[in-house]
Amino acid sequence: MDKFIEVFNSLTSGFGLNCIIFLSTLVLAIPLGLIVAFGSMSEFKPLKWLTKTFVWIIRGTPLMLQIFVVFYAPGLLFEIPMRSRLTAVIIAFVINYAAYFSEIYRGGIESIPVGQYEAGQVLGLTKKQVFSKIVLFQVIKRIVPPMGNEIITLVKDTSLARAIAVAEIIMQAERFTKEGLILPLFSTGLYFLVVNGLLTLLFGYIEKRLNYYKG
Amino acid sequence: MAILEVKNLHKSFGKTEVLKSVSFSMEKGEILSILGSSGSGKTTLLRCINFLEKASGGQVFVDGSCIFDASSKEKPSPAVMRERQLNFGLVFQSFNLFPQYTALENVVLAPKLQAAERADFKENKKKILSEIEQNAMNLLDRVGLAEKAGNYPCQLSGGQQQRVSIARALALDPKILFFDEPTSALDPELTGEILRVIKDLASKHMTMVIVTHEIEFARNVSDKIIFMDGGVVVEEGTPEQVIGNPRHERTRAFLSKML
Ligand SMILES: Nc1ncnc2c1ncn2[C@@H]1O[C@H](COP(=O)(O)OP(=O)(O)OP(=O)(O)O)[C@@H](O)[C@H]1O
Ligand SMILES: [Mg+2]
Repeated sequence: MDKFIEVFNSLTSGFGLNCIIFLSTLVLAIPLGLIVAFGSMSEFKPLKWLTKTFVWIIRGTPLMLQIFVVFYAPGLLFEIPMRSRLTAVIIAFVINYAAYFSEIYRGGIESIPVGQYEAGQVLGLTKKQVFSKIVLFQVIKRIVPPMGNEIITLVKDTSLARAIAVAEIIMQAERFTKEGLILPLFSTGLYFLVVNGLLTLLFGYIEKRLNYYKG
Repeated sequence: MAILEVKNLHKSFGKTEVLKSVSFSMEKGEILSILGSSGSGKTTLLRCINFLEKASGGQVFVDGSCIFDASSKEKPSPAVMRERQLNFGLVFQSFNLFPQYTALENVVLAPKLQAAERADFKENKKKILSEIEQNAMNLLDRVGLAEKAGNYPCQLSGGQQQRVSIARALALDPKILFFDEPTSALDPELTGEILRVIKDLASKHMTMVIVTHEIEFARNVSDKIIFMDGGVVVEEGTPEQVIGNPRHERTRAFLSKML
């Protein structure tokens, strides 16, 4: 019984870290992704290509590598070592997910037919009104399903933090395998399943609410 | 004075010249139909007049004042541009209704945003908004869709969607209403309901420019007809002249294909 409580406590505290990484990434990457998306759609070519290259690199390399780079590069290259491992992880996650979110946003914005903008213009709406009153809602409706997928992936990706020894839940469970215990490892799956189950329900609900019209 | 005068409008896309000096004018209350084969530049002409495309040459006047001059270097402020834009209403071939709004919401959206800028909006908010709603309902009634006010575009037939889009354009009380093939995206049995609405507007002396392939309809409803081919106005006159008794070979060839 004592063992059970010990396992439960260390898994739960480990999962606390996963949750911190998850929530910080969500809160920061969602707006940052929008900025990146506008960059990649910019009429100003240098900015556009810079942003596209950035997105290409981030999406084309492993998140694990990015975590290592963020953690080690400042110290090895500029002699300003990263003090907090957790911060390094969060920075890497925010950059990585901002790149992914930006592509979802861009796809959503570019999928809106030009006729919607033109109809707004001939009705005398300002550019801002066209975006906020006509386009934005349609974009949100279109990006909710892919954002849901990406966010569920994010929950699972948080376990990559163990790459630089941030004691997230799976790293905690792994310790117990040295004592011959496999159950803690299995149990970590439950934590992820519960959170992702809730997220699936939440996104299902949002999608349903947005489904009052087709198109 | 002409309500609309278009002078020597030119438009090129890259190297292809789509409009080659198009000129015409029309009086208040007149109905002008534009005929012409596919690719002759009709849509481009409407889009240039309605500021959706920037003409590379020429001028446009409304009630004698210049609202577009391709040679002018100065860039009008967004507010001025919007004022000029609002001289016109445009009904698209593909309706372009806003899918997230009901028929009524589609019609009231722009008038409400405009009203919010009025100086007296705060004091009279309730009254202003209810007037806008009432006016929108009247317009929907006029196009025969009062019962469908609460429907979303996806719950309406193509013909009904097009009628909502006509009501939406009318809600801003444009001086001139433009139609770009308002029936071409519709099943043949639905064109009648649109043409009836346009006839009703004609009987109320709405000034309209109609691009259409419905020759019989154009003959019945128009005061004046323009036939375009290859980016130029080939022939211009009353329906009797242009359709009944065309002078140009190209007009005759076009009409014999269509009738
Ligand atoms: N954005 C564009 N870029 C390049 N070419 C264009 C563009 N828009 C139109 N064109 C060309 O301009 C010409 C005239 O097109 P337009 O759409 O004005 O013809 P139309 O008379 O409306 O034809 P339809 O009866 O088929 O609607 C066509 O040859 C078309 O290919
Ligand atoms: Mg056309």
